[in-house]
Amino acid sequence: MAERTQKQKPAPSRTEETVEAAPAVTESGDKLKAELDDLLDEIDGVLETNAEDFVKSYVQKGGQ
Amino acid sequence: MAIPKVCGIETEYGILVRGADGNPVAASSLLINAYLAAYQRKVGWDFNDEHPGADARGFRVDDLLAPEVETHLVNAVLTNGARYYVDHAHPEISTPECRTALDALRFDRAAEEIVRASMRAASNLLPDDAEILCHKNNSDGKGNSYGCHENYLVARDLPFGRLVQQITPHFVTRQVVVGAGKVGCEFPGLSTAEVPFQLSQRADFFEEEVGLETTLKRPIVNTRDEPHCDPSKYRRLHVIVGDANMSETATLVKLGATSIVLAMIEDGAMGDDLALANPVAAIRQISHDPSLRQTMLLRDGRRMTAMEMQFEILARALEYERSHGLACVDSAVGRQVLELWESILSGLDSEPASVAHQVDWVAKQRVITGYAERHGLQPTDARLKALDLQYHDLRAEKCLALRVGLDTLVDPASVEDAMTMPPTDTRAYFRGRCLAKWPEAIVAANWDSMVFDIGRDPLRRVPMMEPLRGTAESVQRLIDESSTAGELLAKLGA
Repeated sequence: MAERTQKQKPAPSRTEETVEAAPAVTESGDKLKAELDDLLDEIDGVLETNAEDFVKSYVQKGGQ
Repeated sequence: MAIPKVCGIETEYGILVRGADGNPVAASSLLINAYLAAYQRKVGWDFNDEHPGADARGFRVDDLLAPEVETHLVNAVLTNGARYYVDHAHPEISTPECRTALDALRFDRAAEEIVRASMRAASNLLPDDAEILCHKNNSDGKGNSYGCHENYLVARDLPFGRLVQQITPHFVTRQVVVGAGKVGCEFPGLSTAEVPFQLSQRADFFEEEVGLETTLKRPIVNTRDEPHCDPSKYRRLHVIVGDANMSETATLVKLGATSIVLAMIEDGAMGDDLALANPVAAIRQISHDPSLRQTMLLRDGRRMTAMEMQFEILARALEYERSHGLACVDSAVGRQVLELWESILSGLDSEPASVAHQVDWVAKQRVITGYAERHGLQPTDARLKALDLQYHDLRAEKCLALRVGLDTLVDPASVEDAMTMPPTDTRAYFRGRCLAKWPEAIVAANWDSMVFDIGRDPLRRVPMMEPLRGTAESVQRLIDESSTAGELLAKLGA
């Protein structure tokens, strides 16, 4: 319980800036970027062929 | 102590007919009837104790889709205890009453699978080049919105004014964690060039702090007072401010955190000091600020970001767990929700991309931004809006949410069970089991009663005014050992 308490941010405390842990962020950043590239490759094949028409035809009646 | 936070979720799905000239009401009816014809005998909904204006609508059916399938307004009860119906020109599923947020997530996922199965069943009834597409989203990008509503059991003796005052800060700010994300802006006077991406599907559509409406002048806190259970003991808080989530984590935290905050309010553990000066302006401002940096004014003159507000509400929830326990939301589920809520806020605070596997708006924004950069697209390019729509597309071969690496929290086999089998620990168990075992003897059902026709005398109405009675523990043996509905009613003394 004590650890959790310490992690809580006192509110409001907007003046504190997050300290960047540079090496770790870069490493995970590279991995994330590679994953995103793979995902974007896949999306190129999945995206509606005529996106503009699809978006235009997507009209819904209002609901609740 | 707070009463058990029985909860449920109701989703209106976007619907589009391609290759045939279908209106959405007829298409929704076709979709649902196709599912019922393929999987379940139809038992109608009983409107006896509902507000007649809410559902009893007539529609002109003027298209030529599959004339052999009836296209009047469908309204059915499923053997998992859910309601599947046409509402405001959308197919809608209300999950059964669930004892925990985790079980409600399981039934929300089952509802998604039921819609997918319905799309497959409907395609068999349509011409080869026609199809019905369903989206689990909340707006068409053209100013038309449809809801994903949550329901929570709340003690009647909690003054409603206090409830409104103390839940509003959470409803305004929780979107940083559970917003589904949207390309563009539908608030009158603001363009997509000005707001290319926002946190929430729904925030553009809220105009009041509190009120009865759900389709116009939507309020942050809805006052519909239809408890569907003993009105002297309970309220059903009907929440219309949320987005439909594709992320299981988001659905769980949306339902779980709200359940905990409601319990805190019931137990006097929330406080009035977080009231906002202008909640309606704030909900939109927060949604329009994916940097999460803008501050909003509190009634007492302080300024806070939405993140700071969420951290503060979380801190109070952790304190509440220590002082009161979380039995009312199930202690283990409550713990899971608090851990997820905390880790998501910490992730958003340090490196938002680190929660792309949990938070819908972050996952969506990552794809949109990456795609725009790769192809050098302007924020207003139609392809980006198409990606937004496709994030919510329930066709597996088109759905982007299935591809972005979202965590799964419920086992697919248990989701499949939940398509046909009710929760065991609420009155939905009685409803679902009776429907599965004696569909021919049930004339109609609704949330708080069932009407049986056992072949003699008048119809018998069995009231179910307590959401936590009629569970497997109390009625499973009676149902198992009865060979007819008449036998069951005799044993129940009904």
